Amino acid sequence: MKPVAFDYVRPTSISEACVLLAGDDGARVIAGGQTLIPLLAMRLARPTRLVDIARIADLAFIRDEGEGVRIGAVTRQSVAERNRIVATKLPLLAKALPWVGHQATRHRGTVGGSIANGDPAGEIPLVAVTLQATITAQDATGSTELAAGEFYLGPMISALPEGAIVTHIRFPVWQQGRTGAGFHEVSARRSDFAFVASAAQVALDADGVCTALSVGIGGAGDTPVRLGAVSETLVGSRLEETEVQEAVVAASANVETVDDLHASAAYRKRVAATLACRAILEARDEAAGAPHAR
Amino acid sequence: MRVELQVNDRTSEVDVEPRCTLLDCLRENLGLEGTHAGCEHGVCGACTILVDGEPARSCLMLAVQADGHELTTIEGLSPGPGELSVLQDAFCETHGLQCGYCTPGMILAAHALLARTPQPTRADIVEAISGNLCRCTGYGQIVEAIALAAERLRSANLKIGET
Repeated sequence: MKPVAFDYVRPTSISEACVLLAGDDGARVIAGGQTLIPLLAMRLARPTRLVDIARIADLAFIRDEGEGVRIGAVTRQSVAERNRIVATKLPLLAKALPWVGHQATRHRGTVGGSIANGDPAGEIPLVAVTLQATITAQDATGSTELAAGEFYLGPMISALPEGAIVTHIRFPVWQQGRTGAGFHEVSARRSDFAFVASAAQVALDADGVCTALSVGIGGAGDTPVRLGAVSETLVGSRLEETEVQEAVVAASANVETVDDLHASAAYRKRVAATLACRAILEARDEAAGAPHAR
Repeated sequence: MRVELQVNDRTSEVDVEPRCTLLDCLRENLGLEGTHAGCEHGVCGACTILVDGEPARSCLMLAVQADGHELTTIEGLSPGPGELSVLQDAFCETHGLQCGYCTPGMILAAHALLARTPQPTRADIVEAISGNLCRCTGYGQIVEAIALAAERLRSANLKIGET
């Protein structure tokens, strides 16, 4: 046995879980455990107690609310991947989910776990930031809503309050009929951690003019970032390749990228712009082929 | 902690520390050593088992998290004592293993694929085993084995697991 010794509790409600977390500084939440258990095995995490929230029924759901889709934190990634609501209402999340880990980890890993964990290369945090999702967390004192764009402070560091649990994530649903998504990633091997990933969602009107656009970059720096300036430049255009390229290169010039063993910061910056461009063009083409009304 | 585990259609009660992984519990408490311990931190896929019919890494689960789930290990795939399943047999025939260390995980990942997708494309097969490392074969014969098993099951009009 490699991890340190700890207690294990499995509360049946969110409030019970919050009380358990509030009562013990060394307690940590476990849901799918696909990141936490390796950290335990390497003793990088040394909790006194694990609070297992994976079977709290109130945390496992995918709900279509018209303007948005609400996903419960312990919804398994593989469940979201096969879900009809996700497939039809959240095309970008649907496109990103197959890139999350491997099949074997997606069967255990949860949507909320990935959000709370905040790995800079995580696909689900990237989609949340790109689509400007809202993250709801609860602790013993009540619940708080946090904008995904303000949630990530650093690599695996988030604004999630101490002792709080992510309960659900609300992804906005674009109402335009002609909406498409694009997702691209560069890694050493398929499904390894991304050196750089890019996600884009595009809506077009009947004449092929862009009415809405969101693009984000993950893996390149300490946190996923949304390139808001690209939306400002390109909405109203027809998304020709050269104008997309110019807008993306300009907007990503100030994005901070990291240097490590795998890739230099300059390489990451270059790849980020290229992938963002590809993601937008893929989203454009998908939107152009999409039916006019949902 | 006492945990009731359902492994290969048999219920067993084990007494484990919460920090004991499901992998260690299967091997040490239940004697099911066909599940191999490779990297023990979720990278290599050697410890892949089925949890409710879906592949999962047993080194990335605690034994105490596994109650109430149906677990299947490589020992659970054999149709009878000393016999091989169609998929296992296909691995032998195409030489889909050399040292054999990754094989149980490969076979369980492939088993889950064929249960869901009886007519997999090559891309489906590659994706299904993409989380399992093999350092001997170069994967070519593993892909061949899975395709052969799919073909045999189809021509015999069998679902995987049926005999």
